[in-house]
Amino acid sequence: MRVALDVWTIIAVTSGAFFFLAGTTGLLRFPDTLTRLHALTKADNLGLGLVVLGLLPQVGGVLTGLKLICIWLLVLLSSATVSQLIARSSRQGGSPP
Amino acid sequence: MSEAANLGLTALILGLGIWTIAAREAFVAIVGFIAYGLLLTLVWVQLRGIDVALTEAAIGGGLTGALLTGAASRLRRIEAELRAQRPALATRVLAACVSAAAAAALAICVLALPEPPPTLAPEVAANIAATGVGNPITAVLMAFRGTDTLLEAIVLLLALIGVWSLAPDGAWGGRPGPLEHVDPNGILAYAARLLPPIGVVVGFYILWVGADHPGGKFQGATILATMWLLVLMAGLADTPRVGSKWLRAGLVLGALAFIAIGFIGVPLAGAFLGYPDGIEKPFILVIEFALLLSLTLTLALLLLGAPARAERP
Repeated sequence: MRVALDVWTIIAVTSGAFFFLAGTTGLLRFPDTLTRLHALTKADNLGLGLVVLGLLPQVGGVLTGLKLICIWLLVLLSSATVSQLIARSSRQGGSPP
Repeated sequence: MSEAANLGLTALILGLGIWTIAAREAFVAIVGFIAYGLLLTLVWVQLRGIDVALTEAAIGGGLTGALLTGAASRLRRIEAELRAQRPALATRVLAACVSAAAAAALAICVLALPEPPPTLAPEVAANIAATGVGNPITAVLMAFRGTDTLLEAIVLLLALIGVWSLAPDGAWGGRPGPLEHVDPNGILAYAARLLPPIGVVVGFYILWVGADHPGGKFQGATILATMWLLVLMAGLADTPRVGSKWLRAGLVLGALAFIAIGFIGVPLAGAFLGYPDGIEKPFILVIEFALLLSLTLTLALLLLGAPARAERP
């Protein structure tokens, strides 16, 4: 059981790190603000989610696990809000791509 | 983390520092500075200084970053003009020399520290039970070096007075910041309705766990101030009049409570800021909660800036 949980942690955290890498690559390589935001928020939300899910079996208690999930949800909320705001201001301001 | 990761972190911080200094535009430099603050947070975590890491993330990266971003957006109009009139070569060489000398002096001071460095940590550990709190950082800040924390709170008030004194005569006593016109059904207003209840709970939680775990009033106050600023930015509430008696009372409450409890200590414990035996924890809590309110107001008002709109007659 212990080994299975550890394997789950390794797989989930590694795939989470992969999504962070993909998101960063997208941020650097994509041509304009909207696509860059797309890369950043999608990949980071999924990446952080996988890291949190991977870490859940390793935490000491239920409370710590709940805190981790709360952090993920708060990041989801704030990154969704902020990306909407950035996208809107880039459309209105007509900032160069 | 392994040695290689530490070295990578150090290289990243040095590189980011150089990039921040070399950046031509103020806004770019500030983005670099905020990222630099977040990396420093990781360094403090590595050094097991979680309290300092929290403060660095909240105040060093977040609050200072927001202050600088506000300053840069005000300077944007004249920035190109300022950059056009470059200072003379001699001035620039002199500035570089002074900066390098300051950095070298700092490096020499750090390298000249005796090994192992002198420490009062064992004494703190031996006497921490007397303070009624379990977190050594909080014990040092509130009990062993209470004067420092008191002066810190007062320095912030002085900084706020400095910001306010930039107000034009007509706006004195009025409200800081522009009147926000935000779509009341927009995403910002939505976030400003959804986040503050969570943020207020987290802010008080950070203050409360500061007794035994990393956390405390400065970190908690930053979170509360952010929530208030979010509500103000979304146009759900207007900024307060800086002439308001209630606002000013809230601003000085923390420092006054601190000083009052300090004087109570003179007859009861024989020293200014000494806490009487057995009731250290309630006294510290009174100061912490009063300071939380005052710091929240001070930090938010620092970001809002000088009063700009006169009160309508």
